[in-house]
Amino acid sequence: MEKTLFDKIWDAHVAHQVEGGTDVLYIDRHFIHEVTSPQAFDGLRRRGIPVFRPDRTAATADHNVPTRNQHLPIQEALSRFQVDKLTENCREFGIRLYGLGHPYQGIVHVIGPELGLTQPGMTIVCGDSHTSTHGAFGCIAFGIGTSQVEQVLATQCLLQSKPRRMRITVDGELQPGVLSKDIILYIISRLSASGGTGHFIEYAGSAIRALSMEARMTICNMSIEMGARGGLIAPDEKAVEYLRGREFAPRGADFEKAAAYWRTLYSDAGARFDTEHHFRAEDIEPMATYGTNPGMGIGISQAIPGPPAKGNGRTFNKSLEYMGLRPGQKLAGLPIQYVFIGSCTNSRIEDLRIAAAFVKGKKKADSVYAMVVPGSKQVEKQAEAEGLDRIFREAGFDFREPGCSACLGMNEDKVPIGAYCVSTSNRNFEGRQGPGARTILASPLMAAAAAVAGRLVDVREGL
Amino acid sequence: MGKFKKLQSTAVPLPIEEVDTDQIIPARFLKATTREGFGDNLFRDWRYEPDGTPRADFILNNPIYGGQILVTGRNFGCGSSREHAAWALHDYGFRVVVSSFFADIFRGNALNNGLLPVQVPESFLQDIFSAIEADPGASFLVDLEDQRFTIQATGQSAGFEIGPYKKLCLLNGYDDIDFLLSLRKEIEAFEERSRV
Ligand code: SF4
Repeated sequence: MEKTLFDKIWDAHVAHQVEGGTDVLYIDRHFIHEVTSPQAFDGLRRRGIPVFRPDRTAATADHNVPTRNQHLPIQEALSRFQVDKLTENCREFGIRLYGLGHPYQGIVHVIGPELGLTQPGMTIVCGDSHTSTHGAFGCIAFGIGTSQVEQVLATQCLLQSKPRRMRITVDGELQPGVLSKDIILYIISRLSASGGTGHFIEYAGSAIRALSMEARMTICNMSIEMGARGGLIAPDEKAVEYLRGREFAPRGADFEKAAAYWRTLYSDAGARFDTEHHFRAEDIEPMATYGTNPGMGIGISQAIPGPPAKGNGRTFNKSLEYMGLRPGQKLAGLPIQYVFIGSCTNSRIEDLRIAAAFVKGKKKADSVYAMVVPGSKQVEKQAEAEGLDRIFREAGFDFREPGCSACLGMNEDKVPIGAYCVSTSNRNFEGRQGPGARTILASPLMAAAAAVAGRLVDVREGL
Repeated sequence: MGKFKKLQSTAVPLPIEEVDTDQIIPARFLKATTREGFGDNLFRDWRYEPDGTPRADFILNNPIYGGQILVTGRNFGCGSSREHAAWALHDYGFRVVVSSFFADIFRGNALNNGLLPVQVPESFLQDIFSAIEADPGASFLVDLEDQRFTIQATGQSAGFEIGPYKKLCLLNGYDDIDFLLSLRKEIEAFEERSRV
C-alpha cells in the first residue's frame, strides 16, 4: 500500500501497540535544555532509576542564558541555579552537555542539525514545541511536556496516538525579497493559528524543494504555530549534502549506506492525506503580523482586516488594542523601536548573511535598538569568520552571544512596555518578549530593513 | 498523581479564545526547578499590574466567581509546550478546564497532571457561559466514568472524549512511566529488531 513519508517513519518506530489506538513510539534522539528538564530528573531520582539510553540524549543551555559575557558566571541567581542544575543532572546521569562556554552550545534546534545529530528517518523529541524544526530533514520531530521528558529518559519511548496527515503544497517561484519566513507566515495567516491541530504536516511542492536546508527549517519550525504536532519535508540531495561531514553524521561507507536509506524517505505517489492545501508562491508578499497570534499576519502592502466572521470579536479587539493598531491601518510606515534578529526560526548563518547583506554600508535609524543573536557558537564563529559581526556593528547593531534571548524574554533581553519590535522569532503572543512588548513577526530581511528605516517598510522597494 | 472520578463545582468563566501558554504562565516564571508554587503566577500579566496590584477587571480577582472548573474559549493552551501551564492551573486549584478546543501538547500535559481537559461543542460552551452569567453560583457536574459534563441548573449535558488508556490512568491515579517501565522487555526487543 502507498504510504506517506510520515507513516513510513512512524510505523518503523512502533515498539509496541496498546489497546485503543495508542502506540509505544521509540525515540531515536532526545534533546533537553535547562527549563523543561529539572523536574524530569527529579522524577528519575524519586523512582531510583537511571536514564535508559543516555547516548540518545543531548543537552544544551539556551533559554535562560545571558547573551553577553557568557564567560562570566550568570548574574541572576535563579537563572544560574537552573543552568547549574542542568550541568549537575547531566553529570549525574551521564548525558553529554553543550553548556555555556562549549564550542557547540546554542539554541537546541539550531545545534541538532548543525552537529548532524538530526538525521532523516529519525524520531526526535524535546521539551520544547519548536522541535518541529528538525522535520526539515525528514524526521518525525515534535515537542513534549516535562512528564514526557521523564518518560523518554526512563524508557526511550512515548505513548502516542497517530495524528492525522496533512500535506501543504507550495508550487511556483517566490518574488524577489520573499523568504521562507514569508511562506510560513502566509500559510499560517490562511489556515489560522489552529488550522493544523491534530495533524502532522508534510510540506511539498516546487517552491519548497527550491529552498535551502536553513530555509526549510524556518518553515518546519513554525508548524506548531498552526497547532500542528509537527512538520516535515522529504529529504533530498540537499539534506544529504548538508549532513555530510557533520560531527555526528555517519562516516565513509556508513554515510553512503545511510544516505541510500534516506533517499527512500518520501510519500509514495498516491499516498493519502487526511487534509490537503495548495498555495502559489507567486501570491506571497513579504509578511508581517499585526496581532497577538502568528495567524494574524498580512502582506506588507495590505491593510489590517476587521474581526473575522468566525470566532469571537472580543478576542480580536483585545489583540488589536494590545498592539495599539486598528482595522484598516497599513503596517508599512509604522514606526518601530526594536529589532530582534535571532531565535530558532531565523538565527542560522544564512539568516545572518541575508540581514548583513542588506545592512552593509547602511546605518540603523537612531530611534531603533537592533540586536542580532546568533543561534549557536558555531554560527557566531562562522559569522565572525565572514566578517558579518563587523558589518552589523558598523551599522549600529548589537551583536550578541548565542541563546534564545528576546524570543521569550527569560533572560534580561526584553522589549519594554508598549515598544514595537520587529522580530524574526515565531511568537507574537502578549508579553512574549517582555510584559507589554508589541511583537511584529517578519523575515530577517524585513527586520533588517525596518532597523535601517526606523519603520516597517516593503523590502521589495529597496531591491 | 491524584485520582479523578467525579467533580461537582462552580466555574470561572474566561471567554477568550487562543489563550496561549505564555499567558497562562509567562516565561520569566519558569526558572523554578520544582513543580510547586506556579499557581501564584497563573495568568500573571492579566491578573496583576506590573507593580503587583491585582487588576480588578480580571476574572480571578472577582470574588463572585470561583470553583475548580475553568471555562474558556477555543484553542486553549496553544503555543509553548511548557508543562508549567498545567502545573500552574492545577496548583491554583483547577481540576477541569472546559473549552471547545484544546491545543495538542497542552491537552497531553494536562492529562499527565490530573487536570481534565473537557472538550465540548462550541454551542454547548456558550450555554455554559450563559449559565454562569445568569448565576455565578451555578453548579456543574463532571463525570469522568460516564464522560459527561452537566449544567445542573438546566439539566443540559454534553459528552466528551478521552482515550480509554488515559481514562484508566486518571480514574486510578496511574502515570505513563509506570506503564512504560513495565514494557522494558518489549522495548529492548524492539531495539534488537531495528538494529539490523
Ligand atoms: S528561540 Fe524561542 S522558540 Fe526557539 S527554542 Fe528558544 S525560546 Fe523556544
